Amino acid sequence: MSPEHPVYLEDKLEEIRDSGRLHYRSKSLPTWCPGCGYYSMTEGVTWALNEIGVRNEDVVVVSGIGCASRFPFFMETYGFHTLHGRTLPVATGVKLANDKLTVVVVGGDGDGFAIGGGHIPHVARRNVDITYLLFDNGIYGLTKGQVSPTSAIGFTTSTSPFENHDQPLNPLMMLLSYGASWVGQAYAGQPEHLAKMIRAAIEHRGFSYLHILSPCVTFDKTDRTYRNLDFSVRNLPEGHDHTDRLAAIHEATKVDQPAVGLYYVEKRPTLSDTLDEIVVRAGGKPAQQAGAG
Amino acid sequence: MRQALEGSQAIAQTVALCRPQVIAAYPITPQTHIVENIAKLVADDKFECDFVSVESEFSAASVVLGAAAAGSRTYTASASQGILLMSEVLYNIAGLRIPVVMTCANRALSAPLSIWNDQQDSMAVRDAGWIQLYCADNQEAVDTTIQAYRIAERTELPVMVCMDGFTLTHTLEPIDIPEQAQVDEFLPPYTFSRALDSRNPITVGTLVSPDYYPEARHAHHQALLNAQDEIIRAHEDWSAISGRSCCGLLRTEGDADAKIGILTLGSVFGTLYEARAAHPELGPVRLIKLRAFRPFPVAAIQEACAGLTDLVVLERALSPGGGGIVGNEMRAALAELPDAPRVHSYAVGLGGRDVPLDIYARALAAVDAPTPERFAVLDAELEKLPAADR
Repeated sequence: MSPEHPVYLEDKLEEIRDSGRLHYRSKSLPTWCPGCGYYSMTEGVTWALNEIGVRNEDVVVVSGIGCASRFPFFMETYGFHTLHGRTLPVATGVKLANDKLTVVVVGGDGDGFAIGGGHIPHVARRNVDITYLLFDNGIYGLTKGQVSPTSAIGFTTSTSPFENHDQPLNPLMMLLSYGASWVGQAYAGQPEHLAKMIRAAIEHRGFSYLHILSPCVTFDKTDRTYRNLDFSVRNLPEGHDHTDRLAAIHEATKVDQPAVGLYYVEKRPTLSDTLDEIVVRAGGKPAQQAGAG
Repeated sequence: MRQALEGSQAIAQTVALCRPQVIAAYPITPQTHIVENIAKLVADDKFECDFVSVESEFSAASVVLGAAAAGSRTYTASASQGILLMSEVLYNIAGLRIPVVMTCANRALSAPLSIWNDQQDSMAVRDAGWIQLYCADNQEAVDTTIQAYRIAERTELPVMVCMDGFTLTHTLEPIDIPEQAQVDEFLPPYTFSRALDSRNPITVGTLVSPDYYPEARHAHHQALLNAQDEIIRAHEDWSAISGRSCCGLLRTEGDADAKIGILTLGSVFGTLYEARAAHPELGPVRLIKLRAFRPFPVAAIQEACAGLTDLVVLERALSPGGGGIVGNEMRAALAELPDAPRVHSYAVGLGGRDVPLDIYARALAAVDAPTPERFAVLDAELEKLPAADR
């Protein structure tokens, strides 16, 4: 990741100012720990929205509880800080009420796969046209470092001082099995690739799930660190067929060397499409469909 | 031995002394330190227990329900949204008459989102059918936790020990943690009369037709009322062993011939206690600390309020659109008395608003009102609100 030529702060700030990305940032300064992957994610989301050219008032950022819950505060868009684990149903409601909106859900592994895990399969199978950015650091960071459903076996935390003995979930495999129509993975330590993946996820019509690997720089000094992830993260093999769900699942099983890239994509009707179809079949007029997401 | 301990640490050590066999919990502020300390005690082999850090409060309550029905002594703890997420299971545990003990590290409810203390969470599940005991300080929380197990196991009712989040859970106090032998003497090994047993198979939680549902609810209500004796007895017996006394159903402090009383639950009592000592010039006042809110000890309340002309109720909760939860119940309980005191009902300290010593003088000043306040948020700064919301 080291640049080939020196990068000067002034130049970088000018570049960011000129890019138009700041248009999507609120005046609130983020409160995450220095070095947190959420900074990459914020940059990626603002870059992607700017590239797509969606208007601020057409974007809704939905969060739950955890470090991600702060995300909407820092965005100059509509924001919804929901209850713990309930991001996806709330986002579904927002999208159903106004299909023109670009709905981006942000959450962590605890919010998504522990307390809120029951919602994911149903959003995936209904193909709700929203984007789920799942920030996986394998720990509960906001409550200061407890074991999470994606913590590795042997990981020591304040609620697993005897070491974690529960098999970690494999979110990519779950989402692929649940029938998500867009599944990808990125790494907070590769911000440019992450930003491109966020853009692709938002542009997908249907439920897009982007799994974002990141360290918790404060409460995990041993396991999922930038150093370890830099070493293990690879790209999906060249020639990976992202229309082949089984091939995607096969790649998702390689958890020791997680691959970033687009695992799987398919085109199929969204929840709004199928609801409209019912209206049409009954002789009514479908809701107008538009929007980037 | 008296040690300087954080409330959460003290509760974790006390729970260990009670020898629960299954503990399931999910971290939530301000309960997290309790669970972390328990996890550490288990990891350090300080006591033998199956501890599982589960995926939600719904799961935590369900795990202890299953474990208790199978005959284990169990423990869980939560707060705020966690209590609400558990609420379906809390009703289930109580209706099935399963003796679970849990701590509620009292915290405000969403929305607006707040991580700070009040008692709206436990008050929201006041009708779940649990015994609810509110603690004024951490020593009382320690002693109440031990008593809770005996009360639960003798009455076959679950017990929620309520302690104010942060004000108690995160505060260091000199606390006397009892000896293991003392707790063992008080708390014999648990045997559950209806424990799941393959030699005598039963099904728990089956559908009940209208032919039996009202009777089941009546029996549950009666069991809670009857539990008052067990709460008193547990306190007396534990006092004899520990040498410490907090109170059974409630505690009165101050002048027996006072005409004005102030009643509260939880740590606000400590504030009132200090304020009363500091301000004798404000006249004789009787302080009442309600420890048992469920069952609601009507006879004990009537006795404690005898001779009062005015009673100010200060509670860290409200029923929006209804008013003071405890305040209204006090009115109902006292209405039967021939010279019922006027009840002034106030919420204080919502969402972590500090309850300073001068709340005592403000509460007493309210007594001078020509008609008692039906309900108000005593420390609300109404100038912060638009005129329409005041």
